[in-house]
Amino acid sequence: MGMNMLLLESGFTRWAGASWLVIALPLLVAAVLLSAGALSDSWGHWLGVAGIAVPFCYSILLFCLMLSAPEPFTSTLYTWLSLGTVKVGVSLLVDQLSILFLLLVTGVGMLVAVYTVGYLAHDAGRRRCFGYINLFIAAMLLLVLADNYGLLFLGWEGVGLASYLLIGFWQERNAAALAAKKAFLMNRVADLGLLTAIAVLFTQAGTLRFSAVPAALQEAGGPWAGIVGVALLLAACGKSAQVPLQSWLLDAMEGPTPVSALIHAATMVTAGVYLMLRSVPVYELAPTVRVVVVLIGVLTLFLGAWIAMTERNLKRVLAGSTMSQVGYLMLAAGLGPVGAVFAVFHLLTHGVFKADLFLTAGAITEAVGFNELRKLGGLLKLLPWTFAAFTCGYLAIIGVPFLSGFYSKEHIIAAAWADSPLLGVCALLGVGLTACYMTRLLLLLFAGKPRWQDTYDTDSTSDKHDTDDTADTEDTNTAADVEIRRTPASMAFPLVVLSLLALVGGLALNGWLQSWLAPVFSVTAPATNWLHFDWLSYTAIGVMLVGVLVAVVWYRKVTPAWFEEPVPAIASPGLYADIIMERGIVAPSVRLTSGVTWLEQRGLDSDAADADGTDGLWLGLNGVSALVLRLQNGSVRTYALLCSIGVVVVLALMLFWVWM
Amino acid sequence: MSPNAYLIVSAVLFCVGLSGVLLRRNALVVFMSVEVMLNAANLALVTFSKVHSVLDGQVAAFFTMVVAAAEVVVGLAIIITIFRSKASLSLDDARRLRH
Amino acid sequence: MFSTIIFWVAAVLAVTAALGTVVARKVVHSAICLCALMVGLGLLYATLDAPFLFVAQILVYTGSIVMLFLFTMMLIGIDTSESLGETIRGQRVASGIAIGALLVLLLTAIAGALIESPGDLTASNEHYGGNAQGLAMLIFTKYVFAFEAASALVLTAALAAMVLAHPEKHGAKTGQRELAAERMKLYADLGISPAPIAGPGVYARGNAIAYPALLPDGDVAPDSISPTLLQRGVVVTDAPALPDLVAEAAAEIAGKLPTPNSTPTPTYTPPFSSTSTPTFPPPPPLTLPPTPTPTQTTPNPNPNLNPDSPGGTR
Repeated sequence: MGMNMLLLESGFTRWAGASWLVIALPLLVAAVLLSAGALSDSWGHWLGVAGIAVPFCYSILLFCLMLSAPEPFTSTLYTWLSLGTVKVGVSLLVDQLSILFLLLVTGVGMLVAVYTVGYLAHDAGRRRCFGYINLFIAAMLLLVLADNYGLLFLGWEGVGLASYLLIGFWQERNAAALAAKKAFLMNRVADLGLLTAIAVLFTQAGTLRFSAVPAALQEAGGPWAGIVGVALLLAACGKSAQVPLQSWLLDAMEGPTPVSALIHAATMVTAGVYLMLRSVPVYELAPTVRVVVVLIGVLTLFLGAWIAMTERNLKRVLAGSTMSQVGYLMLAAGLGPVGAVFAVFHLLTHGVFKADLFLTAGAITEAVGFNELRKLGGLLKLLPWTFAAFTCGYLAIIGVPFLSGFYSKEHIIAAAWADSPLLGVCALLGVGLTACYMTRLLLLLFAGKPRWQDTYDTDSTSDKHDTDDTADTEDTNTAADVEIRRTPASMAFPLVVLSLLALVGGLALNGWLQSWLAPVFSVTAPATNWLHFDWLSYTAIGVMLVGVLVAVVWYRKVTPAWFEEPVPAIASPGLYADIIMERGIVAPSVRLTSGVTWLEQRGLDSDAADADGTDGLWLGLNGVSALVLRLQNGSVRTYALLCSIGVVVVLALMLFWVWM
Repeated sequence: MSPNAYLIVSAVLFCVGLSGVLLRRNALVVFMSVEVMLNAANLALVTFSKVHSVLDGQVAAFFTMVVAAAEVVVGLAIIITIFRSKASLSLDDARRLRH
Repeated sequence: MFSTIIFWVAAVLAVTAALGTVVARKVVHSAICLCALMVGLGLLYATLDAPFLFVAQILVYTGSIVMLFLFTMMLIGIDTSESLGETIRGQRVASGIAIGALLVLLLTAIAGALIESPGDLTASNEHYGGNAQGLAMLIFTKYVFAFEAASALVLTAALAAMVLAHPEKHGAKTGQRELAAERMKLYADLGISPAPIAGPGVYARGNAIAYPALLPDGDVAPDSISPTLLQRGVVVTDAPALPDLVAEAAAEIAGKLPTPNSTPTPTYTPPFSSTSTPTFPPPPPLTLPPTPTPTQTTPNPNPNLNPDSPGGTR
């Protein structure tokens, strides 16, 4: 028995020591795909799939080994920075938390990659897209495997870069380029937060390791834990599209749909949550900041739901929904260690069913050629299998009992209620809102008759990028004969897998996850039987049913005329953030620039000033530069002389210093 | 022999080389003076190697030699190139990089 | 004791040679002084328990680096002399002050940190089994990255030298046809003979490079002598009136006078009866203008070539 354990342990250690390969492989694949160019067009996508599938298999193997010997393992490759007493190592941490993220990122990533093979089959840039996806996966894996904030920052930046490249994948479209730029800039603000946190940890805590930071911060005392908490929160807000920095997520839907599924639903927005989860002990030291985290989570929960209720584009509705669900995660992460366990739970289930929903949206777009809700509708008969896949995700997200969303969300509600009844009510309201907007989406997509016959199109809003853009516009304009394209097998397979997971994932994880994550957060979260229903569960189910009913009553009969009405300003919250950004930041900057320009033109460099002979700046600069120019006479020997005079001066100073 | 004597020789050689760099105008001579300076530094390195009883100083001198060889190759190629275009070796003729 | 003697010999040699390198007016002398300096330094290394560096110094510096200098001089001509006047105002004074200050500071620093123990490398050397072995051990273990970087540097330098020294060609390659046409044009325009130049020594008493060729009438063929030799005044001729002949030839080269066919040349004297002085000091007007224009010398198909090089065979 002892021998057996030893073998297993050494097996895990041996395999976990190779965890750097998980990062290196997709990185290598990305390098090959991006540098090989058109040479790899014919096989590049399969190489791209392999670059994620192999790490996935490795993750499963590691997970199985870990099941029998659940010990965290740190493999230090080398010391990256050694500054004074602070050492930042390139060391990878495989523990109960990171293995789950490893599975989620590589698993969903692999399915999305397989899906992309079919989705971008007719796109000339498919190989490039796979290069970016592999780059993204590598960065994300680095992020979740890092054992300190410094290395995490490396992955964090890589994720930001890859998302920029992927959002702007169709770079010839202005909207996509702008969206990519916006996401990049917003993420820069978030990076500032993370950098600040790292700097504070560097100077005050003297360590960046997750395991050592809380104790060091406690020792440092003072407000430092709070400052680190706020800075990390800023970082997480940017990456996870939480309230002050949320507006990039909606625009990011300009990227290809599988990319949206991968980055903006299942993995990248979870990076911010992952940061919060790793920093839970830091927030334990700063209860006030924890409250802010919870508040931001609640705020985003409602704002995202509001956006999802009002948006008229399939993908943007789903993006709003993502914001809302990630709001749940932030809320849970702010509740402390117990909440963090449930945040992981909901993060996993959400990653699966949101990927399912996004990929279904992609399948719909692929089938009909556009994703505007006013033109869709009545797809139930046309795309029954897509409907089935969508329904699986739908039932899971609204929290139908026994499906994955039910368990994860119910635990969060219970934890919130235990923290404060007000929070519990907010979380319950969120359930109702989720049910409402998802039902609305379901009805708009699948109920009634297709609206594209009645719609006269004014602008081409096709999401699917065709090489022949004009022909595409032509198609959608005379929309009466939209041709339903068949969903290829490579797209259907991931949908089936994700749908099944969305159905049974909650059942599989419930109870087990609590004990599995107990060592990470050093708390045993309350586990419930899968048949356990208390009054809170019944209330949640009731609220969910009310939400569904409200949506059914409102959106039962939707006519194209309904879409002709302009969206009232109050109902387009996505705009508010842009307006605030415009008025608060962009406009003052522009005014400052024009002011400086005015000053420069009128005061310093105008013709009028020349005429008066008052162009003092010019004269002064000219005089000084004439003096300095004499030094630059082009003779090497003069330069050498100046160098040696410098050497003499430095040497004299050094000697003087030594003798003083 | 006291190490100080070696260091003094090294300092004198360095200054002699520097004077060649500063005062001569023939590019080849200037270049040779640079070699004198490099070798003066090498002498100091080897001396310190002996003073500290470790071989690292000699390794450093060895690397200086390697770098000097590379530098001579490139420098002479540059001199030849300049001579081709200017038909002159004088450093005063090569002053195109001026205001 | 022995090493003290070696030190003094080598130190005096090194400093003298360094001064010679800097002071010598001719570049070749500088290079030879540099050689001596390197040998002196090598000796100093030998007294410092660095036998490997002693050998490497002599091999690398005297063997290759100074040779490279000499090759360069060969390529670009050694007779480019340098006028010793200073061209930059204040350069000499400022340089003198800077060098003096540096020397004083360095000596002060050395005096301030007088090192008592001479140190001992025998232990370090014995530890690896010898000086070369010890260095190899260090280079290939502790300093292996520096070594690799140095190898990359040397490789890059070799490539750079090839790229730099390779002359760029502008325009089409000139072939035989173009060269022939050019010669004919020169003959038509300036009367320069298209025939090959006579090599030195043709019809002359000796065939050394200093003997100018003689024309059938006993006249000296001016084109057969290298301008460099003319400039140095080491041309050997047999004819009694040769100073005049040489002067004429030089003047002809300088001014490209039409060949003086009408002027009677000095009579031919049999070689055996002549008692000629082997060398002639050059008359003052003999010096060549430093930058010959195309009309003054034989047409040179490649303008990049050094105009000072003897145009032996055309």
